[in-house]
Amino acid sequence: METIKTLPELEKLRKNILAELKPGHPEITVCGGTGCLSNGSEQVAEALAEEMKKQGLDGKVTLKKTGCHGFCERGPLVTIHPQDIFYQRVGFKDAAEIVGETLVKGATIDRLLYEDPQSKAKISRHDEIPFYKHQVRIALRNNGRIDPTNIREYIAKGGYAALGKALTSMTPEGIIDTVEKAGLRGRGGGGFPAGRKWRSCREAHGDGRYVVCNGDEGDPGAFMDRSIMEGDPHSVIEGMIIGAFAIGSNQGYIYVRNEYPLAVKHLNIALDQCRAYGFLGKNIFNSGFDFDIRINRGGGAFVCGESSALMASLEGRAGEPRAKYIHTVERGLWDKPTNLNNVETWANVPEIINRGANWFASLGTKGSKGTKVFSLVGKVKNTGLVEVPMGITLRDIIFKVGGGMLKDKEFKAVQTGGPSGGCIPKSLIDMPVDFDELTKAGSMMGSGGMIVMDESDCMVDVAKYFTKFLEEESCGKCVPCREGVRRMKEILIDITEGRGTEESIPLIEELAETITWGSLCALGGTAANPVLSTLRYFRDEYEAHIKEKRCPAGVCKELITYTILEELCTGCHRCFRECPQKAVSGEAKKPHTIDPAKCIKCGICYDVCKFDAVAKK
Amino acid sequence: MEKKMDLNKVNEIINKYNGEKNWLIAIFQDVQAEYRYLPKEAIGLVANRLKIPLTQAYAVATFYKSFSLVPRGEHEIHVCLGTACHLRGGQRLVENFERTLAVKAGETTKDMKFTLETVNCLGACALAPLVRVDQKNYGKVTADQIQKIVKEYRPDGEGKSHGND
Repeated sequence: METIKTLPELEKLRKNILAELKPGHPEITVCGGTGCLSNGSEQVAEALAEEMKKQGLDGKVTLKKTGCHGFCERGPLVTIHPQDIFYQRVGFKDAAEIVGETLVKGATIDRLLYEDPQSKAKISRHDEIPFYKHQVRIALRNNGRIDPTNIREYIAKGGYAALGKALTSMTPEGIIDTVEKAGLRGRGGGGFPAGRKWRSCREAHGDGRYVVCNGDEGDPGAFMDRSIMEGDPHSVIEGMIIGAFAIGSNQGYIYVRNEYPLAVKHLNIALDQCRAYGFLGKNIFNSGFDFDIRINRGGGAFVCGESSALMASLEGRAGEPRAKYIHTVERGLWDKPTNLNNVETWANVPEIINRGANWFASLGTKGSKGTKVFSLVGKVKNTGLVEVPMGITLRDIIFKVGGGMLKDKEFKAVQTGGPSGGCIPKSLIDMPVDFDELTKAGSMMGSGGMIVMDESDCMVDVAKYFTKFLEEESCGKCVPCREGVRRMKEILIDITEGRGTEESIPLIEELAETITWGSLCALGGTAANPVLSTLRYFRDEYEAHIKEKRCPAGVCKELITYTILEELCTGCHRCFRECPQKAVSGEAKKPHTIDPAKCIKCGICYDVCKFDAVAKK
Repeated sequence: MEKKMDLNKVNEIINKYNGEKNWLIAIFQDVQAEYRYLPKEAIGLVANRLKIPLTQAYAVATFYKSFSLVPRGEHEIHVCLGTACHLRGGQRLVENFERTLAVKAGETTKDMKFTLETVNCLGACALAPLVRVDQKNYGKVTADQIQKIVKEYRPDGEGKSHGND
């Protein structure tokens, strides 16, 4: 394998690869993202390969396993190029038909096409599906399009051209200027301007400095970093090399959650390929610049997403944050200047270098440029990963891209920013989404988790959920966070179990202030957000729990009872058989009843009932 | 009970990382993968060879959730409690697993077959609520499927020593 030292060499390689791949050559891709894999996409790919052999297409059509397409709700996903046909919910039993009908005869199979929920029209082309139509993909530009384990496909898409450009024709200051002018802000949560961070790190005193990629995606309900690392690892690596050159660093680290084995595997493959082509190593692009990257796996601690805790973990210590009177760009990893950015931030960098600061800055709002990847989950029809320009309204994300509410229930709130964020109510649904607007609403961007909730979700329970999460994940260093969050959880448990008093809410508010101002790092500093934001917008729900001992959404176990609705019960006996407490009684084909004395509220009857005859009150 | 433990694997793992102390977490991860927990002897050996105080080794071993100081079950059941899974009933799944296996989350069954764990998001929120057994994901799980999932890994009659309620 030749090492690439100049831009013309890279361009020649790209042309050779494109000639090999033959433009317009028929291609079938199977999504290998975690969602699709769990739904059996591996078996689909195997069945397709077998059928292609059987029907004589071996070598005539390329079969490719790609990273996450984003539309996880509809997996396993299969696309066929050049026609851009999009098949969803494909099973291995469909393989013979796909090969015979679509690949051989060129016909589309109606049954596998996406159906528009409103018009009921079948949509065959990938880019016409509403879920994709409203997206603008920069960080996810190659996800679902290339085989992430093959660097040649990344190069064919123009990969490493930005690196070549940066190293052969730009100065480090010029690169930083470009990133600063583009207005790129950190995608990991804080939204700190990336260019400014790079400059501070470059100008910090001392020899030797490090760049770090934060892939410790800990926010529950967010999986964009995972999908980028799994589906397009080279975009992250290319961004890091450019950043390292601009900052003057020769060693980089990628810190990945241990729960993401596929991401670790694909990153390792990608790093080896980079070394083989000379994009990592000595004298990259003949610029005299040396750089390499190592991968560290996280140990399963949420607090390690915090920069100083992450660096402690990289050093092989317990991941406790430290006070940042001196920023990590001055003294970070092993007390050297260290620049840390999130996966998505790094993945944006090559495109900014390729297409220029003005192009990037033309997208988004005044204070937040470019796009943001959100993981749209919860009670929404089209669950998945979406990348949209900053400034789009919540309504457009949920109803246009997301296809509306699951079972067309009433929208109640959307939770953003993970455990540091908050719940945004229906009255703010036309709010433009960017860093500053979300903060104003009492939430935050965070890493981009967007959890949609409907009338059957209890806001007190959600606040309790996040507070419990934070109590477990607090590292224990600061007393206000360690003890305060625990106390907060206890009060919330009391409220949800019917022991709330008039003093509960004022006590929470007082406690919240102490936790916020008395903690060192952002985990404690924002720990009160989920409670404060729900109190701000849903105080009536708290009051219903406290004063009426009632959970309006029917979630809080201690405050509800399960009953069977006589008029809907068909007497199918299903709940009777499944109830672990034998609390259900009744004759076949006659309405059943639940004995509240025996019921432990496990909810099995509710889950198994096909007639919605079990009610929670 | 006090069987002499074979620590050759631990030495091999330490060698793989050149005995560098900044790779402590990675070394522990590999030891945990090999033995399904961090045996006392292994922690001592690692601390010794990396030339770090035993207290520091234990600080790391007890800080991170992925390490265990007691042996884990043959199969690890992870019930996802990410936000999306929570909203779609993840907590109820945990309670049902606890009842079925007669252990609390974080514990191992007496027959050493299963360890029940909760996890804060596995990043497959479209499949919520999600259960992962070892490397296999089960999506959109309902409470009545739990018996079936357990049976897949413990066919009837085998190791019924646990739970007697």
